[in-house]
Amino acid sequence: MVNQWAIIAIAFAYVLGVANIFRVNSQVIARKGRDWIYKVVLIAGFVIMFAFGILKGVNEGTTFNWIFMNALYPMQATMFALLAFYIASAAFRAFRIRSFQAALLGVTAVLVMIGRVPIGELVWKDFPNFTEWIMNVPQLAAKRAIMIGAALGAISTGIKVLIGLERTYMGGE
Amino acid sequence: MRNFFEKLEKLDRRIIFIFVAVALILPLVVPLNIKFSSTPPVQSFYDAIEGLPPGSKVLLSADYDPGSMPELWPMHLAALRQLCRKNIKIISTQLWATGSPLAERAFNEVAVEEFHKKYGEDFVNLGFKEGREVVMVSMGNSIPETFPSDYHGNRTKDLPIMKGVKNFSDLALIVNISGGLPGTKEWILQVVSRFHIKLASGCTAVSAPEFYPYLQSGQLTGLLGGMKGAAEYEQLIGVTGLGKRGMDSQSVAHLVIFFFILIGNIAYFSIRGMKKEGD
Repeated sequence: MVNQWAIIAIAFAYVLGVANIFRVNSQVIARKGRDWIYKVVLIAGFVIMFAFGILKGVNEGTTFNWIFMNALYPMQATMFALLAFYIASAAFRAFRIRSFQAALLGVTAVLVMIGRVPIGELVWKDFPNFTEWIMNVPQLAAKRAIMIGAALGAISTGIKVLIGLERTYMGGE
Repeated sequence: MRNFFEKLEKLDRRIIFIFVAVALILPLVVPLNIKFSSTPPVQSFYDAIEGLPPGSKVLLSADYDPGSMPELWPMHLAALRQLCRKNIKIISTQLWATGSPLAERAFNEVAVEEFHKKYGEDFVNLGFKEGREVVMVSMGNSIPETFPSDYHGNRTKDLPIMKGVKNFSDLALIVNISGGLPGTKEWILQVVSRFHIKLASGCTAVSAPEFYPYLQSGQLTGLLGGMKGAAEYEQLIGVTGLGKRGMDSQSVAHLVIFFFILIGNIAYFSIRGMKKEGD
């Protein structure tokens, strides 16, 4: 029952979110503030998708679905694909071996990068297994340490809140 | 000479972009067909589905958007192919609003066109429901009450596939294709431990390391990490899909990145050496 209420409350939060988008962006459009033209595109995009979705449905073959597949899909995919280019540029600049730690990071990154594509296996038959070992042993150990550390931190913060030592969430010192 | 290395160290990023673009496009035009084997997490994912008896019911949660489609779409299609081939009944849900049209398209492409499966009997798309973890837990109490109607507006309880399905205890496995939050981690934390059901996950390469602790602890039955995971999985089920076709491009692109890291360091150490000699 509580779960059902929570789902209904979350659905209402959407209404508030939409109202807020309209309020904030229409104010900028009205006073022709910075980047107001983009706000027009945002509102127009929302109204068009909402209207087509409500009036004609969202299934395959509808206008809503056509816009989704031919506008939203390529735009989002393009944004994601740009990562390949920026990662290459960032790797070129970031992986300079300036210290022992940087050497460790750089060498591990290169080994995992090559070991996780087929060309790694072409170079050395056991490259994928070696990469799996890196993922399963050193990576996993570090990951677990972070997770346990974060969990202990959360527990201690919780205890501090419960016994009144932590009052910053109430605006206290 | 120092000038040359200084220019090399501060190489214009547009030159790197051109090399990466060529590395990605060229293998798509001229495939290299580099062979590769399967890693244990992918084999476990495959075995988890292969070990299910025909007629079992599986929940396929497609929690991603078009942004992560290049990595997740190939594994989504491949998982559907293996499930359909094994005659397993598929109940699909989405916790991302943008996942519903993708799940619908995947069903049409594989279940309907390739395997001629019947909607409502062999598979169903229950669509999207907002609420993230709350929806997961609610499904643990009752799936038909959490999703009273499917993506097409049919009453869930009236669909033949939903007969005898109340909650997770009536399902054999959850397959999660995860683009982020909510996704695999939330399924593990909210559902696997609480409702004692197996979970196999396909996720983006960047989030795969996060799930290795759960894989080792047995809370995750199998893991497909990124396009490489999808390619290995396609190889196991014997199809050449987008994952396998993308592997050559990814291989050459990784080599190009390695090459740039190498020349960046050659330039860095050369300049440092020259500075020391100058001192």
